[in-house]
Amino acid sequence: MSNASHANPALLDVSDVSKAFGSVVVLRSVSLKVTRGEVVTIIGPSGSGKTTLLRCVNFLESYDSGSIRIDGKEVGYREAGTRQRRSERDLATMRAETGMVFQSFNLFPHLTAAGNIMLGLRKVRGKSSAEARAIAEHWLGRVGLAHKADSLPAELSGGQQQRVGIARAVAMEPKILLLDEITSALDPELVGEVLEVVRSLAEDGMTMLMVTHEMAFARDASSRIVFMADGGISAVGPPAEILAAGFENERLRSFLARFRASHF
Amino acid sequence: MLGQIAYALPFLAEGFAVTLWVSLLVVVLSLVVGVVMGVGLVYGPAPLRWVVRIFSDTIRGIPILVLIFFVYYGLPAVGLRLESFWAAVLALTLFKTAQVIEYLRGAVGSIPKGQSEAAMAIGLTFRQRLTYVIFPQAFRRFLPPWINGVTDAVKGSALVSLLGITDLMQAINQVIGRTYEAMPLYILGALVYFAVNYALSLASRRLERRFSFIRE
Repeated sequence: MSNASHANPALLDVSDVSKAFGSVVVLRSVSLKVTRGEVVTIIGPSGSGKTTLLRCVNFLESYDSGSIRIDGKEVGYREAGTRQRRSERDLATMRAETGMVFQSFNLFPHLTAAGNIMLGLRKVRGKSSAEARAIAEHWLGRVGLAHKADSLPAELSGGQQQRVGIARAVAMEPKILLLDEITSALDPELVGEVLEVVRSLAEDGMTMLMVTHEMAFARDASSRIVFMADGGISAVGPPAEILAAGFENERLRSFLARFRASHF
Repeated sequence: MLGQIAYALPFLAEGFAVTLWVSLLVVVLSLVVGVVMGVGLVYGPAPLRWVVRIFSDTIRGIPILVLIFFVYYGLPAVGLRLESFWAAVLALTLFKTAQVIEYLRGAVGSIPKGQSEAAMAIGLTFRQRLTYVIFPQAFRRFLPPWINGVTDAVKGSALVSLLGITDLMQAINQVIGRTYEAMPLYILGALVYFAVNYALSLASRRLERRFSFIRE
């Protein structure tokens, strides 16, 4: 895919991944490399396989063929060639290496904001309660919610919940952060506060793979943009190149044209 | 008349102790087995799901009385000969287990899929996801039907008297056999059953309120 990755080995290496639900093909031999510190944004029409690809990276979805490696380690299967799933414990360990933020937040409603962040630190990372609390408070501070540590999710606005969702993911110190349309369920006036947090994480060098419909944000924050259509990668490049009018990819042009028509 | 009842009270108390012991055994055993099988029904591989489904549907389709007689009089034919007490406990436990399976399935099924996924994403194992994420949320929905089922178990335990076990019901019948005072003794029995079950529902309501802060 990108020649730069020879010099700098890929942190995430998606290679020739295909997946079908029955007769519906959702991923067609997708290959994508993401190097450390890169922010890669996936755009494309709904049903193009963006979210499925993201969910394959931490094995929330299995795939039929191909290989996904993080830091050289196969994610969901024991070996690249086989379809033998890793054990439950192995999968959990692999998943802890990636952080995920969901469109619908998925905070644990019975735990406070701090409790949501502490759960993984305590049970997966084996931190003491005091250590976990300190880390949770640090990250809540980073996302501007230090004063909400002891609030339950139901007491927080959508934007605040999503910022806790981000804090919960990054507190685990994942190698890569997966963001799945994290602002799509938010009222427009709350989108900015969430994107601001993502932007500051990018500046800190967090490796990110995200699916978004926020084109302006994708343009400003991404190192590369991937355009997906019909389960395959249709175009990849720097934002300026991909979003420039007159790119020779017909599908991308019509996607962007339709997108502009509906969003501006 | 009251003198006779007072005279019978220690005997009734022994019967009541048996009623409570049967109920407790049935409730605890069915809870443990039912939760394990219910988890199998929700999360297990297809063959396991089938086995649990068939078990639950079959048991729930049989009247408890038939089940009790089947275990006590029927199973010896295949070499399983149980004392009347344990036959009754087994039959009632089977019945209650099938119900617990359904309560669990309903309660766990009501938790959005995103909860499991978020728990997976931070690296929790299956057991940890159940313990720290799914069960604490499912508990509030599991509790009301389950407590209902517990009161049913206390009431249903009266059926063990049919195998000649001297529980509260049987003790009452025996006292009536000697005194011919049916009405006051049945009223006394009804009050005892009511007192136990009313206390249970009060406790349930209090627990539910304690967990009502969990909103989705």
